[in-house]
Amino acid sequence: MTLAEAILLTITTAATPLLLAAIGELVVERSGVLNLGVEGMIVMGAVVAFAAAQLTGSAYLGALFGMAAGCLFSLLFAFLTLTLVANQVATGLALTILGLGLSGMIGESFVGQRGVQLEEIAIPVLSSIPLIGNLLFNQDLIFYISIFSVFGVSWFLFKTRLGLQLRAIGDSHGSAHALGISVIKTRYLAVMFGGACAGLAGAQLSLVYTPQWVENMSAGRGWIALALVVFASWRPLRVLAGAYLFGAVTIGQLHAQALGFGIPSQFLSALPYLATIVVLVIISRNRRLTLMNTPASLGQSFVPDR
Amino acid sequence: MTDQQPGHGNCLLEVRGLTKVFGELRANDGIDLEIKSNEIHALLGENGAGKSTLVKMLFGSLEPTSGQIFWKDKPVRITSPGQARALGIGMVFQHFSLFEALTVAENIALSMDQDVSIEGIAEQAAVLSREYGLPLDPHAHVADLSVGERQRIEIVRTLLQNPELIILDEPTSVLTPQEADRLFETLAKIRAEGRSVLYISHRLEEVQRICDRATVLRHGKLTGACDPRLETPASLARMMVGSEVKSVSNAGGTITDEILIETRNLSAPARTPFAVALKDVNLKVRRGEIIGIAGVAGNGQSELFDVLSGEETVPDADDVRICGTSVGRMGISERRLLGAGFVPEERHGHAAVSDMTLSQNMVLARHHSDADVFLTGGPLKIIRYDAVKKASERIVREMDVRMSGEDPVASSLSGGNLQKFIVGRELDRQPSVLIVNQPTWGVDAGAASRIRQALIDLAESGSAVVVISQDLDEIFEVATSIAVLNEGALSEAEPASMMTLERIGLLMGGIHGEDTKVEAQHAH
Repeated sequence: MTLAEAILLTITTAATPLLLAAIGELVVERSGVLNLGVEGMIVMGAVVAFAAAQLTGSAYLGALFGMAAGCLFSLLFAFLTLTLVANQVATGLALTILGLGLSGMIGESFVGQRGVQLEEIAIPVLSSIPLIGNLLFNQDLIFYISIFSVFGVSWFLFKTRLGLQLRAIGDSHGSAHALGISVIKTRYLAVMFGGACAGLAGAQLSLVYTPQWVENMSAGRGWIALALVVFASWRPLRVLAGAYLFGAVTIGQLHAQALGFGIPSQFLSALPYLATIVVLVIISRNRRLTLMNTPASLGQSFVPDR
Repeated sequence: MTDQQPGHGNCLLEVRGLTKVFGELRANDGIDLEIKSNEIHALLGENGAGKSTLVKMLFGSLEPTSGQIFWKDKPVRITSPGQARALGIGMVFQHFSLFEALTVAENIALSMDQDVSIEGIAEQAAVLSREYGLPLDPHAHVADLSVGERQRIEIVRTLLQNPELIILDEPTSVLTPQEADRLFETLAKIRAEGRSVLYISHRLEEVQRICDRATVLRHGKLTGACDPRLETPASLARMMVGSEVKSVSNAGGTITDEILIETRNLSAPARTPFAVALKDVNLKVRRGEIIGIAGVAGNGQSELFDVLSGEETVPDADDVRICGTSVGRMGISERRLLGAGFVPEERHGHAAVSDMTLSQNMVLARHHSDADVFLTGGPLKIIRYDAVKKASERIVREMDVRMSGEDPVASSLSGGNLQKFIVGRELDRQPSVLIVNQPTWGVDAGAASRIRQALIDLAESGSAVVVISQDLDEIFEVATSIAVLNEGALSEAEPASMMTLERIGLLMGGIHGEDTKVEAQHAH
């Protein structure tokens, strides 16, 4: 493996959890729900995935449990905001705080343990392509899922009837209800999908990125994912671009720090955030397109009239 | 097949004794209705007569308290819009249930019960819209379309379901006269195919022109069933309103040369993709004059109101002048201090806070312009509730506002009464300049004539008045001069006596979404 390959590989590893969490949140927000609990769901996914992998010895089972944990945690959010019509912003923030605390408690006995790493799966033939083969086709399962989810979600939203209904609900839940589309049920499913994605993102952190459990190991990635969705104007392919740009600058600045260019390390640490915001603001400068894609009923509670 | 009633054979839909009770209110009281196949049937009535309630029961969105509906002579219970569609009843709503961010084809696809590909629907919609003379681009985004075009989507979407009965709720209230003509041609075609139409309206002239039979409602009760072509507008109006509505008298005050409202080449860019940019608006209103600004909804009416009232400021102060002062960069309160009054469009949430009482709503509007009357305590600005109460009682008396309780919350008043209060709140100040947007939208006939008379009286007492309205009857009733707003551009004001409906229609842009094509053809 060449040095360049090694660097590119670390970039994909850094970008994958952001990509997964953001794609999940994109579907949630397209349905008109704002779930600010992404950070909490990621960290719950991370701790449960690690614990399950330690107890069963299987990283795959770990990833599955991580996903389930994120999904279950999002179900709590869905119940509070969709069934009990609680405020989405407050509930989402509470979910993050609860997740950070609860994960610390669950993970207490796992701190310092050596984890199980998710193995790489080499895809025959493709993985032997020079340069990109090793990078794109000799990766772990979660990486493949993350890339697949971008195109899967894009196809679902813009090519299927169910995707059309989901976008319609996000645009005007009142009109959608009047047409007989089940607003609450669709939103439940969207929120749960977002939770599963965030849980899997957490599993990637504790099974691939750094196979161990450290408290608060989500380290603000949930918030980055939320910002990516907005700056990407709710378009899946832009989320892909944003996540990889963020990953690239993160890794790049680490190398810059190691080489010691005489630039203050604080500035370098801030660079990924700055670069991502600047680039995404530039690509979303078409206000018309952005407004067309913004779910008009985002964050609004829906109570069907009788 | 045996007839339920002799002489009324082959009924498509029949309603017997349909009643709907909301608490104390009998919104519909023992309504009988018969719609034959192959006819355009009018349902006439004032706002609040119970037309919408009746239609909602026919379309399955409301459940009747008692009574029976027959579909093709069989008793049916319609419990959902889906079931109504399955029977063969389609509905075109007054307030469109369209998704702005989606394309025309996507909007249509959403209302189809079976799963058809979007491409297939786009093709079907294009064919159908050509057939019925309803030009539509299936791939256009709804947000970019005029209200007339949006209505075409609703009609095409209803026709795609191949209904036997189509219900249209106040379809022409959002159309230019030319667009309305086009709609009537489509309805005639629909009837020629053997379908029936239930046409809800309060416009007598239209009903007489296109409908075969009419059913008239008043206060939830049936007051007549007739052939509208054999009636006079006056006899139809009597069935609708009960007594004659007091007509508005417009003696016309003396118009002086003093200009109180003026805009000079006023342009303002659109603030959102859904808004309209104002283009070189020149408006002059003199003392004693009422300028009526006509136009189809969404052509810049609210944008024009916003720059005149100060809700939106413009960079060049000279662009807007009120009473000789350049006010372009002043806010609402500063303009009020100059003697201007404003009545914005939406009653709830814009002109009034629904959950606050009438007197509180009055303070909200006038706390700055009438600070010396309503506030005390110098910098503390304590509200003098005694003065506020007196003023709000005066408005209630002057405008004949009917309400329950002494100082009720705004939302408890009917639309007409709240509107009277909101207009009265400004008139009470004797403003020298008044700008009102849609003053009688959704207001009953009695309240509307009261409001219109008040506007005329104000002008006669020496004020300048701007009335922005979609209701052409209203414009002709009150205005001394008429200008038309089309896509953000204002036509030159012409004396009302010289204006005709055809001329206004042409100024409104004729048939929207087509005019460009027509021009292109002429160019060749």
